[in-house]
Amino acid sequence: MERISVFAGVAAPLKRSNVDTDQIIPAVYLKRITKTGFEDGLFANWRQDPEFVLNNAPFDKAEVLIAGSDFGTGSSREHAVWALRDFGFKAVFSSKFADIFYGNAGKQGLVAGVITEEATSQIWEAIDANPGLEVKVDLPAQELSYGDTVVPFEIDEYTKWRLMEGLDDIGITLQNEQAIADYEARRESWKPKTLPAKGV
Amino acid sequence: MSQKPLTLAEKLWRDHLVVKGENGAPDLLYIDLHLIHEVTSPQAFDGLRLAGRDIRRKDLTIATEDHNTPTADIHLPIAEPTSRAQVQALRDNTAEYGVRIHSLGDKNQGIVHVVGPQLGLTMPGLTIVCGDSHTSTHGAFGSLAMGIGTSEVEHVLATQTLPLKPFKTMAINVEGTLRPGVSAKDIILAVIAKITTGGGQGYVLEYRGSAIRSLSMEGRMTICNMSIEAGARAGMVAPDEVTFEYLKGRPHAPVGADWDAAMEYWKTLKTDDEAVFDAEVFIDADTLDPFVTWGTNPGQGVSLLDSVPDPASYDDPSLRAAAERALEYMDLQPGTKMKDIAVNTVFLGSCTNARIEDLRAAAEIIKGKKKADGIRMMVVPGSQKVRLQAEEEGLDKVFKDFGAEWRFAGCSMCLGMNPDQLGPGERAASTSNRNFEGRQGKGARTHLVSPVVAAATAVRGTLSSPSDLED
Ligand code: SF4
Repeated sequence: MERISVFAGVAAPLKRSNVDTDQIIPAVYLKRITKTGFEDGLFANWRQDPEFVLNNAPFDKAEVLIAGSDFGTGSSREHAVWALRDFGFKAVFSSKFADIFYGNAGKQGLVAGVITEEATSQIWEAIDANPGLEVKVDLPAQELSYGDTVVPFEIDEYTKWRLMEGLDDIGITLQNEQAIADYEARRESWKPKTLPAKGV
Repeated sequence: MSQKPLTLAEKLWRDHLVVKGENGAPDLLYIDLHLIHEVTSPQAFDGLRLAGRDIRRKDLTIATEDHNTPTADIHLPIAEPTSRAQVQALRDNTAEYGVRIHSLGDKNQGIVHVVGPQLGLTMPGLTIVCGDSHTSTHGAFGSLAMGIGTSEVEHVLATQTLPLKPFKTMAINVEGTLRPGVSAKDIILAVIAKITTGGGQGYVLEYRGSAIRSLSMEGRMTICNMSIEAGARAGMVAPDEVTFEYLKGRPHAPVGADWDAAMEYWKTLKTDDEAVFDAEVFIDADTLDPFVTWGTNPGQGVSLLDSVPDPASYDDPSLRAAAERALEYMDLQPGTKMKDIAVNTVFLGSCTNARIEDLRAAAEIIKGKKKADGIRMMVVPGSQKVRLQAEEEGLDKVFKDFGAEWRFAGCSMCLGMNPDQLGPGERAASTSNRNFEGRQGKGARTHLVSPVVAAATAVRGTLSSPSDLED
């Protein structure tokens, strides 16, 4: 994974709360078996409305999404993160994220930062006043800034470290190979095995 | 013993700890059972292949086809090319890596959360994961069961472990006796309406109390299934005689000395008396009515005896805005009696409510009756086994005589990835778990209901409870 540090991009406002993953990417787009090319599925239903924010310049090139609270609720589909990433988003900010979405984002190099509801409204206003507003995201400092305004954001320490180092989870876990083998050696024999198959 | 009193969730965590995380790193937990299906696994297999990794424990992994599979004409090739490709990818991947799979047509094929329990693979004291948020279903057995994303699927395939941050715990106490016509589905819809769709976030929920204890395993699965709809990471019920009775004799249940050893451990799987939950919620089962949703998230529900709420009645501006949007999408007016809402379709299916007991309960209501004019009712068993069992009991005949479509197993209209979809503007009473915009088809409107409410609704054509059929 690419290392992430400081970047800047156009911010797009998504003035809705409780955006669930069925809205982020409807189920029909989940049928692909590749890991890329999901940009056309992003908010597919909403994007049929020509007025929808991401359909129009400058937001069609946005890299930072400022969303309402409870973003990413619903299913575990990681496609939601891939769709945001493939569209060009590098970061999403909200006052609250659903757990699974938040975890998935961190694994795919999408910064998911938590800001207050007041900050969310403030940034929305700033974008309304100045569409195309570029915001700077400083991951090491956990700050989002534009003009003279600096907004701190929260991200959990461990995810931040991994994003900054560009580390892949499996590689980290495999450093514990011995501990896994030890655990397996003491696992109880009553625990189920799928093989050999029974009841078929 | 002077050990710190623990909740059930904390005990399961302790017993699966491989490495304790330090300096903010998550704990590494061992995973006992990994269920996979066609939608969230292809990219995980791809990742393995790219990295040249193998599956660590094929003997703890099992696959089934469910999300895309057709529920009619299953002997024909899957018509939709992308669905066919996804199912084929699963078949190819499991063949290449030597993973057990139950394919369309196999008697153990079905919705992944129905298949695990019926094979006896789901049991108390396990950690269970699947690339599907409703994995929480398996918590009904007293296991820690969680939905995971595709990266995590790859991680579990490669390492049989998962890095996880500890959760908070919440007790959902449901005391009392349910009235006739009120079921597990109504309990969980009431819980979600009470704590809202975000209320469980960061928590593992433990359902407790006399009303939970008196539920069958099917009912407990229905409740745990929808824990995710309250935002929770997992839901669970401590195992008891009902659990052990359900398990005994199932294909993969332990036998002999293994059964005895398991029982000894399983009996310790309960929250210690002095343990403290981070949060507690109380629900009175005695006064609970059948519950239905009016909006576009599962927390937007009311008693079936109530009316569509007025958005103006919400103090919280974001809840008010959400209610306004929901009513517009659902094409409903505040004050309309829930029972006056007419539907086009009734869907009896999904991992929430398509087990044999659900089918029996619905069949009981409609037996000897005819469906309302213009109503379409689809019955989609949760697994092929459930279908066969229902046919053995003659339930298929009851449904067909009533005028319902009797289908093969799969997720079907729960999410509409296969041809089973609602049309724009169509309205359904559905026993599934999500009433999101467009979930069951573009522009489709969903009311979540219990199996018996679904059945009564199919008889009358408007949202109804079984007691409405008595007069
Ligand atoms: S039945 Fe519905 S909720 Fe359950 S696994 Fe299938 S799609 Fe998901």
